[in-house]
Amino acid sequence: MNLTVNGRRGRYEESCRTLADLLARPEWTGKLVIVELNGELAGREVYEDTLLNEGDRVELVHFVGGG
Amino acid sequence: MQDPLIIGGVTLTSRLFIGTGKYSRNTLIPEVIARSGSQVITVALRRVDPESKDNIISHIPSHMTLLPNTSGARTAEEAVRIARLARSAGLGDWVKIEVINDQKYLLPDNTETIRATEILAAEGFIVLPYMSPDLSAALRLKAAGAAAVMPLGAPIGSNRGLQTKELIRILISETGLPIIVDAGIGRPSEAAEAMEMGAAAVLLNTAIATARDPQLMAEAFREAVSAGRKAYLAGLGPVEETAAASSPLTGFLA
Repeated sequence: MNLTVNGRRGRYEESCRTLADLLARPEWTGKLVIVELNGELAGREVYEDTLLNEGDRVELVHFVGGG
Repeated sequence: MQDPLIIGGVTLTSRLFIGTGKYSRNTLIPEVIARSGSQVITVALRRVDPESKDNIISHIPSHMTLLPNTSGARTAEEAVRIARLARSAGLGDWVKIEVINDQKYLLPDNTETIRATEILAAEGFIVLPYMSPDLSAALRLKAAGAAAVMPLGAPIGSNRGLQTKELIRILISETGLPIIVDAGIGRPSEAAEAMEMGAAAVLLNTAIATARDPQLMAEAFREAVSAGRKAYLAGLGPVEETAAASSPLTGFLA
């Protein structure tokens, strides 16, 4: 399945079915991540139940230093 | 002396708001917070870098009020999107609206800022808009539901001080809103001057973060803000064109 995560298009294995699966990948664990799926905010409570589909655009953001 | 600043239902004893950008290392932030006495701190929202391990929130004690900014937004809609994402983190509902279309001076777009304020205040956010000091814009921000307005003293990160002093004076006098001078303040004396004028608070980042000793500079700003506020409350003495002797003009020695 192809997903665009933070602007980078990539191929993801079949086992990556839900938002929770995506966020369990090592590059995203341990971070307070805020998720937007196809332009819509996705709260923590829906990660487990939100299925990913071919071509989905996912934005993973978090707080950084700023003024 | 009890002199709290109440914004969005939060009672603040410190009138110094600080940022988290530009530190040589983020591990400096807890001590800067402690020595500044600040209770409000800004952060930005960005895409997660898979390579980065640092989490800025881990350096911010939980008693702080978090003030996420909408930096990167060029329109009201983008600011609203960023604000909603920030609130979904569950760390409060304050937002510093920052809508910028000018990459040279990073001056805020007041029109888009007013639109974003209307939308977000209606959604229950505590909205603190960064703005160009203009009275009619400030009054529109007030009508839109801003909890305070944050006029710039000088361009972001410039350390050029209170270049917009006269316009800020007018906002303090005419809006009936807390005025928080945000951006441009480079020296503690400038923070003190803003407070002497009656600003409700000052927000600064660069002046502390890029000092040789940020912790000591945090303390300097804490004292300056406190001194300026006390001077405002005490009421400054009149300014005279000519001398007015402080010592008696009679009884001189022969």
